Amino acid sequence: MSEQANDHEVDHHDDHGHHHKETFITKYVFSQDHKMISRQYLITGLFMGVIGIAMSMLFRLQLAWPDKQFTVYEIFLGKWGEDGVMDPNIYLALVTIHGTIMVFFVLTAGLSGTFSNLLIPLQIGARDMASGFLNMLSYWLFFLSSVIMVLSLFVEAGPASSGWTIYPPLSALPQAIPGSGTGMTLWLVSMAIFIASSLLAALNYIVTVINLRTKGMSMTRLPLTIWSFFITAIIGVVSFPVLLSAVLMLIMDRSFGTSFFLSDIYIAGEVLHNQGGSPVLFEHLFWFLGHPEVYIVILPAMGIVSEIMATNSRKPIFGYRAMIASILAIAFLSTIVWGHHMFVTGMNPFLGSVFTFTTLLIAIPSAVKAFNWITTLWKGNLQMNTAMLFSIGFVSTFISGGLTGIILGDSALDINVHDTYFVVAHFHLVMGISALYGLFAGIYHWFSKMFEGRMLNKNLGYVHFWITAIGAYGVFFPMHFIGMAGLPRRYYTNTNFPYFDDLADINVVITLFALFAAVGQLVFMYNFIHSIFYGKKGPKNPWKSTTLEWTAKVKHIHGNWDGPIPHVHRWSYDYSKMNKDRSDYVIPGQDYIPQDIPLQENEDELQN
Amino acid sequence: MTAFLVVLVIILFGVAVWQMNRIFQMSKPDRSDTSEIASEKDNNLHGYLMLGFIFFIYILLIVCFWKWSEVLLPVSASEHGLEIDQLMLVSMILIFITGIFTEWLLFYFAFKYRGIKNKKALFYADNHKLEFIWTIIPVIVLAGLIIYGLFTWTEIMDINTDDDPLVVELYAYQFDWRARYAGEDNTLGEANVRLIEGVNQLGVDISDPNAQDDIVVNELHLPLGRKVLFKMRSQDVLHSAYMPHFRAQMNCVPGMVTQFAFTPIMTTQEMRQEDHIINKVKKINYLRRKESIKLAAKGEEPLEPYEFDYLLLCNKICGSNHYNMQMKIIVETLEEYNVWIAQQATLAETLKK
Repeated sequence: MSEQANDHEVDHHDDHGHHHKETFITKYVFSQDHKMISRQYLITGLFMGVIGIAMSMLFRLQLAWPDKQFTVYEIFLGKWGEDGVMDPNIYLALVTIHGTIMVFFVLTAGLSGTFSNLLIPLQIGARDMASGFLNMLSYWLFFLSSVIMVLSLFVEAGPASSGWTIYPPLSALPQAIPGSGTGMTLWLVSMAIFIASSLLAALNYIVTVINLRTKGMSMTRLPLTIWSFFITAIIGVVSFPVLLSAVLMLIMDRSFGTSFFLSDIYIAGEVLHNQGGSPVLFEHLFWFLGHPEVYIVILPAMGIVSEIMATNSRKPIFGYRAMIASILAIAFLSTIVWGHHMFVTGMNPFLGSVFTFTTLLIAIPSAVKAFNWITTLWKGNLQMNTAMLFSIGFVSTFISGGLTGIILGDSALDINVHDTYFVVAHFHLVMGISALYGLFAGIYHWFSKMFEGRMLNKNLGYVHFWITAIGAYGVFFPMHFIGMAGLPRRYYTNTNFPYFDDLADINVVITLFALFAAVGQLVFMYNFIHSIFYGKKGPKNPWKSTTLEWTAKVKHIHGNWDGPIPHVHRWSYDYSKMNKDRSDYVIPGQDYIPQDIPLQENEDELQN
Repeated sequence: MTAFLVVLVIILFGVAVWQMNRIFQMSKPDRSDTSEIASEKDNNLHGYLMLGFIFFIYILLIVCFWKWSEVLLPVSASEHGLEIDQLMLVSMILIFITGIFTEWLLFYFAFKYRGIKNKKALFYADNHKLEFIWTIIPVIVLAGLIIYGLFTWTEIMDINTDDDPLVVELYAYQFDWRARYAGEDNTLGEANVRLIEGVNQLGVDISDPNAQDDIVVNELHLPLGRKVLFKMRSQDVLHSAYMPHFRAQMNCVPGMVTQFAFTPIMTTQEMRQEDHIINKVKKINYLRRKESIKLAAKGEEPLEPYEFDYLLLCNKICGSNHYNMQMKIIVETLEEYNVWIAQQATLAETLKK
């Protein structure tokens, strides 16, 4: 059935391609072409990333040298950085917006949006997404939500500042913190639009993967990238609506006098009328999205890394089916572990036990994935391209960040490290840095696909990787120590009372590493922008990869392939496959067999 | 608004540059070039760097432990905390072994199998036995950890009043703490924020007979060896009562009462005698003396020497002064505690004044 559907698509698109004259507006702005939309996602995501990372630099300066004055505060923060002293409220705003931007705008939209859009049609052999119009709509909603989020930085009383988790009542009451006024309203509006955008996108990805695979592309022949984007989209559809409901209820509580989350509050000298609501309810709703969200962030990175590792190891990914099974297991478990963020919120301790159980179970599929990646390297012929370096870095930070999850997921141990810097160190390594590595790996690997053959400069890429790798560990490894020392997160300064004074030098070390790593990102920015225009044009299939996107035209055309869509005859990991008598590769002198090459006579047929 | 306009101008400028570049780009011929793909030299160099990087991680680990072990929390001052520390130690040893081992494999393989021209990679797609092994090992290890963890957790959170704990309310508001002792009857009077009026800052129901002997203070005193049952309330936003030295934490939620119980097993005096704390205090005082010299140069008052005390910290973002919302905790012998509590005014007495 899907075959027929495809044939129809072909005709339709071929017609389509010839008759339309594209204007600047339809080509670059309101484009319905998945490749253009993917570039739009990437550039918007990176722009937001620059803001997010710049913010972290500002608050790292404050944390390292709380009594020093920095003119840079005054330049960027204006009235909140007068005389080079950072205002405590703007400190909270910075950590809040840093978290929001990095999690949602960079690592959700920037990573998943970019590569799902680029790779789903190209790797499954489709002319475009199932609905180009929805796809365009989804990008422009994302753009609108980014604009609103950035605008919220400029409101009079400051942007939202109750933490990226926006727990009410703090986020509901402007009396409690100035950022909960207009800033918070804009935050909520922006997120509501963002959710709409990501739902549209996710539905589109799901439909496309299910319906538009080319002939021969069975589910068990899909590259792991597609599997991870597909499952990510499903998690998104399951969990994002719950956040939307939480956001809507919070908007009601703030503006229309309802009491979903508020009860028994005395603030600024008066009792509020609200009665019967529960902040714990909000926490449940938030984390029902919030936890799957970290998998929405990390699964695409896992898919990208699996693909890049196999290609650059010149070996099939080890345990392809186990990799799929573990993606499915992680996706399923991710929706039933949200309570591990809430062990000490006053939630019933029995629930705490249940969530400890489910949470620690996630370690099993994660361990399988980690070992499978390591085995993929074993006896390979590793091509140290920048994307490969970032992929190896990903596995490293995923392991070291994931292991501390065993501490945090254990309710008894969580009591004393909950909300300390230990948590900050943990999730930055396991989802922040790892997902960023996934993003960078993807950019280095598919840059030439995105920008019509131009490649990123490899030496700048190497510099970027090593600076980032050293910086990331230098920042987040010592951070575990200040967490284990008992230092709570989101403290404007820890020198207001003497107990934590001895952490000052650790904070300085962390900030120095952070600044160092930020410089590395400037190298990347330069490389990225420069290569878009002046990058050297590489070969059509620079990494000698098997997947379909490298058979498509280098020059972007609507419909991806000039002639008919290639059919698929094998899985995507036939690297270094030998012929029957083990004398040479199946295709002599070429250590990879693209997916569109039919089964050869001198080749053993494997299950894929 | 000016700032926003500046940003807008920068963006528009960027767009202009972009467009100009597109024009230049169109006038250039296409050529294919493999110089951006890793060469054999690159493979070799970065293989070695990968090996170097694993040593960087190990050295970082050693340096951090060597330099900063002293900042970690001292021995637990509560009974259940000892169990938590034990569980922590077991988990830590486990994750360190796993981490050091797997990271080694990762980077060593990256080094060992760095690409060499004409070398053949091994087509090795599957091995069910291997995969079974590394599924089952985590299953067994985690089963052990889960069971151990759950026993510990249930024991800590199984809060009952069988052993007659001392009942204390911790009351959080922006940006301070109050403690309310239940008094002679060891029963807290009813309270609600709607009853807050004048000196009755905690909204205690004055008509409740149980409330009469309640004692409200802003310094927490705990008798050694007696279980304390904390009832947490918040007046405005979420706060979290975090007592790191006692391995205790519970959020304070407006609209509900949360609870946590522990038994202190070390007085403040005893803790001050701990080697770990002596060293920590010595270092902090050294830093404070250095700071004082600087202050003196500016003609300001020097800092007082620091002495260790247990702390109750707010650990849930609660507003601008979140970072300074703390209360001193003093653990003392029962006799000292009885003397102290006898000096405090009951609610009935306070209200009469």
